[in-house]
Amino acid sequence: MSKPIALEMKNISKSFGSIQANKNVSLEVYHGEILAILGENGCGKTTLMNMIAGIYFPDEGQVIVDGEEVVIASPKDAFDHKIGMIHQHFKLVDVFTATENIILGVKDAAGYSRAEAEARVKEITERYGFHMDPHKKIYEMSVSEKQTVEIIKVLYRNADILILDEPTAVLTPQETEVLFNVLRRMRDDGKSVIIITHKLHEVLALTDRVAVLRRGEHIGTVQTAEADENMLTEMMVGKKVSLNIARSEPKDPCDRLTVSHISCCDHEGVKLLDDVSFTARSGEILGIAGIAGSGQRELLEAIAGLQHLDSGEITYLNPKTGETVNLRDRTPLQIRELGVRLSFVPEDRLGMGLVGNMDIVDNMMLRSYRKGHSVFVDRKKPRDLAMEIVENLEVVTPGVTTPVRRLSGGNVQKVLVGREIAAAPKVLMVAYPVRGLDINSSYAIYNLLNKQKEAGTAIIFVGEDLDVLIELCDRIMVINSGRITGIVDGRTAVKEEIGLLMTGSIPAATADQGKEEGANG
Amino acid sequence: MKYVLDFLLNAIPLGMTFLYGSTGEILTEKAGHLNLGIPGIMCVGAAGGCAMIQALVLAGNVPGVFIVLLGLLASFLAAGLMGLLYSVLTVSFKANQNVTGLTMTIFGAGVMRFIMAGLGQQNHAYLKALPIFRYPFSNLLPGTSWQYMGIMVYLAIIIAVVASLVLTKTKVGLHLRAVGENPATADAVGINVGAYKYGATIIGSGIAGLGGLFYIMNYAGSPEAYKSIETLGWLSVALVIFALWRPHLSIFGSALFGALYLAGSYIPSIPAFQQLGLPMSFTQLLKMLPYVVTVIVLTISSVRNKREDQPPAALGINYYREER
Repeated sequence: MSKPIALEMKNISKSFGSIQANKNVSLEVYHGEILAILGENGCGKTTLMNMIAGIYFPDEGQVIVDGEEVVIASPKDAFDHKIGMIHQHFKLVDVFTATENIILGVKDAAGYSRAEAEARVKEITERYGFHMDPHKKIYEMSVSEKQTVEIIKVLYRNADILILDEPTAVLTPQETEVLFNVLRRMRDDGKSVIIITHKLHEVLALTDRVAVLRRGEHIGTVQTAEADENMLTEMMVGKKVSLNIARSEPKDPCDRLTVSHISCCDHEGVKLLDDVSFTARSGEILGIAGIAGSGQRELLEAIAGLQHLDSGEITYLNPKTGETVNLRDRTPLQIRELGVRLSFVPEDRLGMGLVGNMDIVDNMMLRSYRKGHSVFVDRKKPRDLAMEIVENLEVVTPGVTTPVRRLSGGNVQKVLVGREIAAAPKVLMVAYPVRGLDINSSYAIYNLLNKQKEAGTAIIFVGEDLDVLIELCDRIMVINSGRITGIVDGRTAVKEEIGLLMTGSIPAATADQGKEEGANG
Repeated sequence: MKYVLDFLLNAIPLGMTFLYGSTGEILTEKAGHLNLGIPGIMCVGAAGGCAMIQALVLAGNVPGVFIVLLGLLASFLAAGLMGLLYSVLTVSFKANQNVTGLTMTIFGAGVMRFIMAGLGQQNHAYLKALPIFRYPFSNLLPGTSWQYMGIMVYLAIIIAVVASLVLTKTKVGLHLRAVGENPATADAVGINVGAYKYGATIIGSGIAGLGGLFYIMNYAGSPEAYKSIETLGWLSVALVIFALWRPHLSIFGSALFGALYLAGSYIPSIPAFQQLGLPMSFTQLLKMLPYVVTVIVLTISSVRNKREDQPPAALGINYYREER
């Protein structure tokens, strides 16, 4: 490579508590190239880039910009070294115009002149071929227009190194193509462009080099011209690791929940779920694999009645009465009473399931308070349940009357999952139930799920670790951008195959069952 | 016709009390802080100004210009001190803004009562400076309603116009609005969020404090006047909503509020009205007018839901940097 090095990272490490986000990462970026940082979610891509954008500060290692070692302690420092990052969540003031957002915080050499600022914005827009109305308010803009403003904001600060975090996640294919052309023009202009992504086809279409991260470590950097999808996938997901999770054969599975052709959009009109169909069977764990934010959350919420659907049907076969019920017409409360339980462990664990300031007993009562007949609440049963959960799941807590927010993350999760299981659900949905847990707690949760499976519950398990999914689940469904790209058997599944399905490199396979009834719903 | 002019000459100066208060509150709210302490801060501004004026009057031989300037300065600083206290509590210590604001109002009203009782022991000597504050009309047309059109009326309008220009035309204003709309974004582009919040709150409080002094020294001019300041302060907060967070609209809004507030007591005193023989309860209804109009404006602006007419997006929410 004859081009000069723009940015060099040497032996960068970063931990958050006991979790190592980046370990000894060394990377260099050249002037006039597009580098992809490729990896699964949770592999430390964004953390690594946040350290050169001034959001985080590395525990160890050096950052070298144009041959000089620098300290980047704030986003402002990053700008001073001509580094600018476009985050996934835009940092824009809604009621301001594009220009006002772009010039915000920039120190003017000779007084503030709106006309001068506008002229500069116009020059940047024309130079790189952006389409943007400088007087349009942010709240009137589409996602792609907002992204354009963010990019111009960075260019206005004379950035030479641009970092884009998952820039295409919110764009349509046409908008993606426009963005890529702009990025290519920047490269030809001598700028260094780094894109964080997990989409292989974009990497191959756009970049010059690819750096692959896995579990916080830098696996290798390859020239894009010499790479192909199989090779990159293998680098991304790695070799199979054996975990020895017990898995029993499903006992006479029968269809419990049939989802057919459901779709929904967010308020921007982006499809969150696109024609999703599958069946969950009793006595079976159905795994859902996918890059974070591919529609897992929406899918579970749709089943629980929390997400509005544009089309499709969710049919529940009530094992007690043998009747079929369309969950789409039911309220979340009715769905719960049918035995469909959502134990969602969202990014914010306390947010959806538990009330942080209430103790374990009170949190148990959140699910049982309707059962009482007297004016006063019955605290005895919830207390017994709380004690049982604390004992069986080895929840570390001073007592059942300790506010939940004082417990550690893993213990909060045990309380949440334990409560949902205690309700003896017919369908149990869990999302990332072992996120942030240590090994022992994780196995405790796997055991709980296996017990439920043996009891005949249909379990839907959204996971992020492919090794766990392959060892725990009977079937694994892969979701990519709201579409089901395939359903594979957990016993025969190969990691690379799932990896390719996750990144959408294999065109959508036909779903395992061709359920067509109710397709027009 | 005579009544109309007389009414306006009463209503417009009365409205300026609201204008000081609302201009100050708008600056604070633009930084994202809902300062419900404004009524109390206006009280403290009044007390601080009156105490300084009384001291100067009793000292004797102080030129009128100094009495006015030092009176304004003392009022501004006393109220600014309250703003500093509010900022320390809500910006640095992240205390709940509503609770802190209400506490400031109760505290400020108490401080004023204490100081005014003290000033009363020397017969409210600050009132001797009344003609200076009511310059020039107290000399030109003594004894008429023109006397209320004193210097501080024009000062209020000037401050509101300047505040409006700063907010909309300068970079400082742009940064301040960014802080109130989206502090995380402002922080990310290198704006010192804390400094803007402190600055806007302290200056805003100082301006509001002048409103308290204005009411006593320019408008009411009586020893009992201070007792109304807290009530007027709450109307100033309502005026912020009425003016859709724009100081220049607040100028017209304040005149209207002045008229509506005065209507309840002024209209029943007109002989022509008395001949109509309406029941007393009707005049009580008239006193509701400013509040009714605020509710109507709030309803209309909510229904129209125009983004520019909404309060700053981060209003009332303390900013924690770690959460970005």
